[in-house]
This record gives sequence, structure tokens and C-alpha cells, in this order.
Amino acid sequence: MTAAVSIRDLDIELGFGASRRLILDGVALDVPQGACFGLVGESGSGKSTVLRCIALLLRGWSGDIDINGRPVRDIPRAEYCRQVQMVFQDPYGSLHPRQSVATALFEPLRTHKLDRHQERAEAALADVGLPGDFLYRYPHELSGGQRQRVAIARALILDPSILLLDEPTSALDVSVQAEVLNLLSDLRTKRGLTYLLVSHDLAVIDHLCDQFAVMQHGRLLEVLPREAIANLQVTNDYSRSLIQASLDYDRAI
Amino acid sequence: MDDTVLLDIRNLSVAYRGEDGMVPAVRNVSFTLGRERLGIVGESGSGKSTIGRALLRLLPTAQITADRIQFGQHDLTRASERQMLDIRGRHMSMILQDPKFSLNPVRPVGDQVAEAFRIHHRCTRSEAKAKALKMLKAVRINDPERVYGLYPHEVSGGMGQRIMIAMMLIAGPEVIIADEPTSALDVTIRLDVLKLLDDLVTSRGSGLIMISHDLNLVRNFCDRVLIMYAGRIVEMLDARNMGAAQHPYTRGLMAAQPRIGGNRQPLAVLKRDPAWLEEKAP
Amino acid sequence: MTVSSNALPAAKASLRRTFRDEAGRMLRRLLSNPATAFGLCVIVILVLAAIFAPLLMTHNPLAQNLSNILKAPSAENWFGTDELGRDVYSRLIAGTRITLTIIGLVSIIVAPIGLVIGTTAGYFGGWYDTAMMRITDIFLSFPGLILSLAFVAALGPNLNNAIIAIALTSWPPIARLARAETLILRSADYISAAHLLGASPLRILVKSIVPMCLPSVLIRVTLSMATVILTAAGLGFLGLGAQPPTPEWGAMIATGRNYMLESWWLVTFPGAAILLVSLSFNLVGDGLRDVLDPKNR
Repeated sequence: MTAAVSIRDLDIELGFGASRRLILDGVALDVPQGACFGLVGESGSGKSTVLRCIALLLRGWSGDIDINGRPVRDIPRAEYCRQVQMVFQDPYGSLHPRQSVATALFEPLRTHKLDRHQERAEAALADVGLPGDFLYRYPHELSGGQRQRVAIARALILDPSILLLDEPTSALDVSVQAEVLNLLSDLRTKRGLTYLLVSHDLAVIDHLCDQFAVMQHGRLLEVLPREAIANLQVTNDYSRSLIQASLDYDRAI
Repeated sequence: MDDTVLLDIRNLSVAYRGEDGMVPAVRNVSFTLGRERLGIVGESGSGKSTIGRALLRLLPTAQITADRIQFGQHDLTRASERQMLDIRGRHMSMILQDPKFSLNPVRPVGDQVAEAFRIHHRCTRSEAKAKALKMLKAVRINDPERVYGLYPHEVSGGMGQRIMIAMMLIAGPEVIIADEPTSALDVTIRLDVLKLLDDLVTSRGSGLIMISHDLNLVRNFCDRVLIMYAGRIVEMLDARNMGAAQHPYTRGLMAAQPRIGGNRQPLAVLKRDPAWLEEKAP
Repeated sequence: MTVSSNALPAAKASLRRTFRDEAGRMLRRLLSNPATAFGLCVIVILVLAAIFAPLLMTHNPLAQNLSNILKAPSAENWFGTDELGRDVYSRLIAGTRITLTIIGLVSIIVAPIGLVIGTTAGYFGGWYDTAMMRITDIFLSFPGLILSLAFVAALGPNLNNAIIAIALTSWPPIARLARAETLILRSADYISAAHLLGASPLRILVKSIVPMCLPSVLIRVTLSMATVILTAAGLGFLGLGAQPPTPEWGAMIATGRNYMLESWWLVTFPGAAILLVSLSFNLVGDGLRDVLDPKNR
């Protein structure tokens, strides 16, 4: 079976002049179809940059990114949008402040010339556990958790198979995080989605993912199975210290 | 731990002016602080940060009322702005979440630490510098001489937060309010910073108010914990007895937290009961 | 699902209602500031005066009466008469139409040009941005009045050319502003999301970026109206704007200047009108900034 996302030798440099720096250095990973794959690392390790490269929000990278076996740069734009979508960290920044939920959800349907806008939008809201009359609300009338649900509904409205999740719950309260994590896990089972999840919280990774990769300074150190967190079965020193720190923090400090 | 009461608060309420009338942020909160570590936990909007700011009177637009805010010999309900200037930093100080925003970007960090001392103590520049270097060493910065001359953008997040701690502790305050002191830091340095803060506070016999959204953190770093919901204290517990929490809100918060090595069952979802808004604090 | 679709019309109606409430709230906040309220009043009076000019005028603003020249304000001629015996009050009222024409045309030309150049430069970046911003810099490096003078001198002195000249000199600050806003917006997650959902750059610009730039552009245009009025009056004063006998305020001051010492009313009334209107636009611009600019909240 071809991998949903396959990355080889991904490099990217960002910045101008003297401050130009190699942000990603030879990143390679494979996300199997229907899996939930985690990316962990400290801030500045380049984990979000990997997502932005896959999402083509950053252009200047070199290497290969294949989506379902096809090089991402060969996939027509419209088709790409219907395969890969993304959910962002900040629920306050990911919805346009002057657009109602309806506008946010109808917009992609219009660009992709799909029919039955109202029906599809209501169905998308129902999928994320929001009533249909939320269509006529503005972002400032929603709580953080509701916004994140709308952002997930928007990402799912084109029925993609791969979802890139960039710290989807780290800006939320614990109780709201639990709701969103449950929702994400339900949606994956129901729709057979593939997740690539970036998080700094190993407890979240452990809760959702089957496999995860540890990143540091733009390099991917190793790919580990989920069990490696609880059992601390790691070879790399840095991964060990990262997991140890999370374990210490999570259990009685 | 002795029974000295550093801070005694009765019926503290804080309200903001909203579009239509006053909107309460904190409602009738009472607690005392001794030479101990007190955690205040709650979700966003619960009013936990507002308490810390109200104590230092850092809320220019809010309406603060209280029957009593006794801080040592000062009655903070009646203190003038001039007295507050003396209290802030010298007797009570605050560590904020992100050092990026609380350090002045155009001055070397060492100068800022030294200045924090000079504001409250008569001394020469060189004495203040010596004191600042000593303080930087106390927050376990290995080469204080070099760090002294760095600018805030040249230091990492963890280092920045140590510098903030140095700056806030240098004048020797009796009460330290830490508002989410480690939320902006990576997990690998969080523990170091927390331990450092803990050591300094305990060795100096100060009182610490640790404001956080993280139950796990306060449970392990504090002696007592207040749990806030919608501007009220719903439960007050010894940190050791967190497992025995009675209030459904506290229990819900604990259950909602994913744990490493958990069973991956759907997480317990907190069901909010409107009655929590009105019930009396214990 | 049926329950929620029944609730939809009601929800839609409430959406419209919140919209109206929002507008009402905005207006109330505008009026709660006395300075802004004053400015708004003056502008409303200006517009009303222009609409009802024929009714308000006591004399034909162009009719000369050589037996009644340079008369001081009186019951017959409220603001006196000029050197050709024309009624200053009627000319002032007639001048409101010219002032409003200038303001209206300039803002209709300037706002779209500034928005298009600024947002595209900010969004696409690269060599296009560099080229556009250098052109903007060239325009910005000349004082507005001097540049307008040069344009009018080249195009020939009349009111329409003056309007074109003023428009040509007032778009650069707006383009700059729109570009700065776009640079910030470009990296917002909701723009990334729109991009990922397949929206074309043009669609992103029109649907997502321009609506976010509009408030600050509106503030900027209102504030620059004060300068536009002054520049127009300046051009009129120098004989390069509206030509006699058109009752343009700047031109009125220019001719009145010759008789200023003995007939103070010839310069005082048009001068006061210019001052009042440009001040009012400034005040309204400031008030709009308080209401619209999210940074001030």
C-alpha cells in the first residue's frame, strides 16, 4: 500500500541575507494510509514547518513530498485541496473575523463548484457536533472550542483524506481539549482519515497517534511507535530526554 | 511552614465596565496566604489571572472591591498609588507568562535586573550590578558576566524566564505571584524553571501564588490549591489530596486531561452545571 | 436536521438584525465623542447645503451688480458683496457643490487605486512589490501641492484637471497603508486556510484581504480629505484650479485678497468655510479611527 504522505530529503532555508538559515535538513518520513502520525519537538525544531511545506504554504523547499504516491507538485491545485487540508493552532486566527460561519463553509464549495451548499455545510457542522443555526454566527460570537470545531468542519467540507493538524488543541482549555480530541478521534474512525499531528504535548500524541517522529534543530531524529513513550524505549539521547521530561511532568513531578 | 499570614483577602470582587453595565470577573473570593505555595487553577475566563493583577492593582479600568486585603501591615484596600509603588516589586512581585513581552527589548537584561534593585534600594551602580550578577547566578545562569550584557532577543525562552525570576526576586519580596510562569516554555526546561522558583521561594521564606491552567503542575508544586470557576472559588484543597476532590468541576478537569500510557478511550467530557455559578464557596 | 432548518430563517433574520445593531452601535459611539459629533454635523450641513443650494441662495451667485460692489454684510447681502457686486453668501453656498464634487471625485479615484496597488503589492511581493513601492516613493517624495501644481501646469488650469492632479498626488499614502496591512494579513492563518481550500489569489484579495483593509483605508481617506480641500483651495487661490467666475472658495479668497484691508468679508467667510470643513473631516477621521481601528480597542 502506498503511503498517504511520503517525504524524502526535505530541505528548506528561510530568511534573508545573513539571517538565512536551514530550517529543515533532510527530513524523511512515511505516513501510512489511515494512520495518525505525530511530530514532536521543542519550539524551533521545525515540526510546524514540515506541515507548511506539505500544505504548500511554503514554496522554497527541495526534496520530494508525495501524496498518495504522487509528487505533490504534480497534483493539480483543485485536486490537491480535496486530498489535503489543515487545522491551525490558534482558533482566534484561523477564522476570518468578518466572515460568518456560512461564508467560511460556502466559500470552498463555491470555488470547487459543488452543489447543495446549505445541506453540505449543515452536514459538516453536524459532523463536528454543532447545530445548523451556527451557520449564521460570526467568529467573535463563538468560544475557542466552537471556533476550532468550525475550523475542523471547514477542513472537512471538501472531504479530504489527509488532515494536517498543527497543535490543534494547545490553545484550548483542558476540558475543551478533551472534547476536540474526542471529536478528532471519532472523525478518523468514521471517515478513515489520515492525520499528521504536530504537538508539543506528548500526552496528546500518546492519546491519538500510532507512531511519532522526534525532531530537533530541523532534523528528524527517529520514528518511534506510540508505546515508546510510556515504556521509554528510545535509542536517541535527545528523544530520551524529551520523553523523560514529559513523563516527569506528567507523573508526580 | 509556620502560621504567619502574609496576605489575608476577604470578599474580593473585580468587575469590568462592559457594553451594558459592569461585568464581574471575580466574585467574592476569600483566602489567606502564609509562607507557602498556593496554587490558583481554573480555565480561561475563570478570573484566576485577574486576582493576581487586582492584588497588585494593575487593572486601571476595573472596579476592585473587597472587605479586606491585608498585606503585612498594609491595608491594600486603602493604600494610595504612592504606597502601591513601594509595594510593587519591593514587597510583592509578579512573574508573567512570556519573558519576550515583559523584558524591555532595547536594554541589556542585566541592567534591567540591576534597575529592579536600584528602584527600591539606595546603592551605587556597581553595587547594584554586583547584586544583579549574584542574583543571575542564583537562578543558575552559568556565566552571569556574559548574560548580563545580552539583549532580550539574544536569550532563549528558558533563560529569559530565569532572568525574569531574578528580576522579580532581587528586591526580596515577601509575596511572589507567578502567572503561568512556564506555559510559554518547552517541556524540557519547564521543570528546571519550576524547581528553581520553588527553591528560591522556599529558601527565602516567601509566599508564592502560582496561577495556572494546569492542574498537574499546581498539584505537584503547591501546598494548597484553589479551584476557580466563573470568578468564584469552587473548591479549596491540600495539593496532596487532589485525588479526593469533591467538586464535579475539579474532578471533571482531572479526568479530561489525557495521560501518557492511558487507555485511549474517549476522554471524559466536562458537563458544566449552571448551579456551579451560584453555589457558595466552601 | 429538520429542527435546525426550521430555525434557519429566524437565524438569518437575527443575523440581519445584529448587522443593523452593529451599525447603530457604531453611530452611537461616533456621536458620543463631542468633537466627532461636531465634525459630522458640519459635514451633514455641507451636504444639505449642496443639495438644497438653489433654495438657500438669496441671489444668483454669478449675477454682477456693479452699482452695489464691496458692500459690507447687511440684511440684503448677508455676507456682503464682492468687487463685481456678487452676493458672497450665495457664492459660498454655490461653492459647497464644488467642494463636494472635488471631495467625492477624489475619494472615488483615490481609494480604489490605493487599495489595488497596496494590496496586490503586499500580497504578491517580489519584484512587483518593489516596482510598485518605488513608484509610490517617487510620488511621496514630492510635496502634494507642488506635484499637483506641476500636473495642473502640464494639463491646463481648470477644475477637472485640478481634481485629477489632486487624486494623482493623494493615492500613495493609501497604497502604503494598504500594503502594510496586507503584509500582516498575508501570514494570518485564515488566509493560509483560504489558500489551502483552493481560493485563487484574486479571490483571497477581494474576499478576505480587502474587507480587512477597508476600515483603515476609510479612516485614511477621511483624514486626507482635509488636505484635499486645502490643496484644492490652494490651487484655486493660485489660479490653477476652478476658473472665474466659478464660485470656488480658494478662488474667492484669491480675488478677495486685493480688497482684504477694506473689505474683510471677502476673505473671511470663504476662509472660515475652508477651515471649518477641513477641520470637520479631520475630527470625523479621528472619531472613525477610535471606532473602527481594532488596535485602539
